[in-house]
Amino acid sequence: MTFAAELDGFDFSAMARRIASADASAVERALNRPHRTIDDFAVLLSKAAEGYLEPMAQQARALTRSHFGNAVVLFTPLYISNYCDNGCRYCSFACQHQIGRHQLGPREIERECESISASGIRHILVLTGESRTHSTPDYLAESISVIAPHFSSVAIEVYPLQEQEYGRLIGLGVDALTLYQEVYDKERYRVLHPFGPKKDYLFRLETPERACRQNIRALTIGALLGLGDVHYEALCTALHLSYLHRNFPAVELSVSLPRLRPLVATFDDCTPVGDRAFVQILLAFRLVFPHIGITISTRESQQFRDNLLPLGVTKMSAGVSTAVGGHSSEDSVAQFEIDDTRSVEQVSSDLQRLGYQPVLHDWNHRLTA
Amino acid sequence: LEEDEVVEMQDRLVIKGVSLSSRLITGSGKYRDESIIPAVLEAAGCDIITVALRRVDFDRPQQSILNHIPQGKILLPNTSGARTAAEAIRIARMAREAGCGEWIKIEVINDQRYLLPDNAETVIATQTLAAEGFIVLPYISPDLPTARRLVDAGAAAVMPLGAPIGSNRGLITRELIEILIAEIELPIIVDAGIGKPSHAAQAMEMGAAAVLLNTAIASSPEPVMMARAFKQAVEAGRLAWRAGMGAVSTTAQPSSPLTGFLE
Repeated sequence: MTFAAELDGFDFSAMARRIASADASAVERALNRPHRTIDDFAVLLSKAAEGYLEPMAQQARALTRSHFGNAVVLFTPLYISNYCDNGCRYCSFACQHQIGRHQLGPREIERECESISASGIRHILVLTGESRTHSTPDYLAESISVIAPHFSSVAIEVYPLQEQEYGRLIGLGVDALTLYQEVYDKERYRVLHPFGPKKDYLFRLETPERACRQNIRALTIGALLGLGDVHYEALCTALHLSYLHRNFPAVELSVSLPRLRPLVATFDDCTPVGDRAFVQILLAFRLVFPHIGITISTRESQQFRDNLLPLGVTKMSAGVSTAVGGHSSEDSVAQFEIDDTRSVEQVSSDLQRLGYQPVLHDWNHRLTA
Repeated sequence: LEEDEVVEMQDRLVIKGVSLSSRLITGSGKYRDESIIPAVLEAAGCDIITVALRRVDFDRPQQSILNHIPQGKILLPNTSGARTAAEAIRIARMAREAGCGEWIKIEVINDQRYLLPDNAETVIATQTLAAEGFIVLPYISPDLPTARRLVDAGAAAVMPLGAPIGSNRGLITRELIEILIAEIELPIIVDAGIGKPSHAAQAMEMGAAAVLLNTAIASSPEPVMMARAFKQAVEAGRLAWRAGMGAVSTTAQPSSPLTGFLE
């Protein structure tokens, strides 16, 4: 069964009632279970669970230590193109915005890689705007061929590809995929993505499955928090993780929890997620999925990121520029504003001071490619 | 030599003809600060150190974890990250090419939630690598038929898990491990799950040849002191096994209830 079919068959109204009616004893039962379920996830999102943030955090820390020790993997994003064919209403790279468009060629990419590599970073996340016409599959393949020799692990965050196209990039050294559904609520998705190939909800929803069938090693999914009802979005993300684990147990799954932070776009059709609600959601993910990675974005402030570390964070970006070519020059528009602007060296030494082990090298694509 | 020194010499752990003075094997992961590793190894007194090859940056040897491992120790790279026998075999060959020696711990895991080893793939990888001259230490879920296949495949030892890795829950698979100890001629090394020195002592008391652990030391607030505690526990457990346990009873027993009248 595809995830789309599973999602269609899921009884969300029963789950909404569960979230609304959960009381303290339901929360305590969920907290005392060794293996938790989606039902427990719903209970942990409830109003009743708000009073249990500290015991939830204590358990989250113990589970994270048991699965990941004190390790936090560091990576840097590399934007190679900001061309876009879509009209996502919340995004500053969307094609209706008059911004400088740029796509890096092999020599510019090489320069960016050298600059990032000099910071000590070995895990790279390669990003493009979602334009299959500009950043063609061939362009992606050529770019990956330039990038892969510089790094030990190469992740991509690009428009949804066909299954065989993932196979091709994996063969060139890509070992991880990040793909945000943005918003799981179909109606909200339709409103927020009025035109462009990204309108195709289903093709996007089934992207992680396509990559898994091609043996991708690691996968990060998530919803952009603020675009839809936050409980519904968290629940769908949890269902997605659960589906992917059941069907592809060998894949290293992670969840990323970006809060909407628009830059160029004048966009107010969103419901901001506050810090307490955000922490509750993060804890629910950690308690129900003790084995998954949790990535925290530089959209969050340094102080907030530091405080989230013991709650289950296992991956962080560092030395970030969200502008195309931003690692070796300074004249491009950023996709969103970053708050935590620390360098790799600063993040590493701060992690050590807080009792964590910054891990620059957690995989090498040459081990299996 | 004193008599007890002679006995100690006779009780050494032998793996594929290599005689080892310590029955404690430790890992090198999960440390807050890797520079503490030499002091931990010194306190643990171990001869063999495991290292996850996935964490070794061959492009930047100066920053590699291998720099924290003192000369003279046997390096036991593991194939962590391998999902199939083919991947484990490839990683093992790369370890050897990179100068990590002949020893290899086979770890094939294709369930990220429970991190339980895939015994069938492990047997396949063991067969290939043993034939290529590796000293192969396969990590398995304790299972007698698998262990027998590993013997046939040329394994140097068998390493059953005591509990899920990183869980620190002790010997929850105890009865299955006891069967392996009774039936398998190779050294049985309990790997994973050992959370405190008493767990290690228990494993040794029941006749395990050695124990392998990492989290319990690495995640302790005082790793060096904890390493020393494990060293003593392993030695105590081994001595107890050699001495032979006293009989266990659920009720109190006077020394000679039926024949005391003869005294």
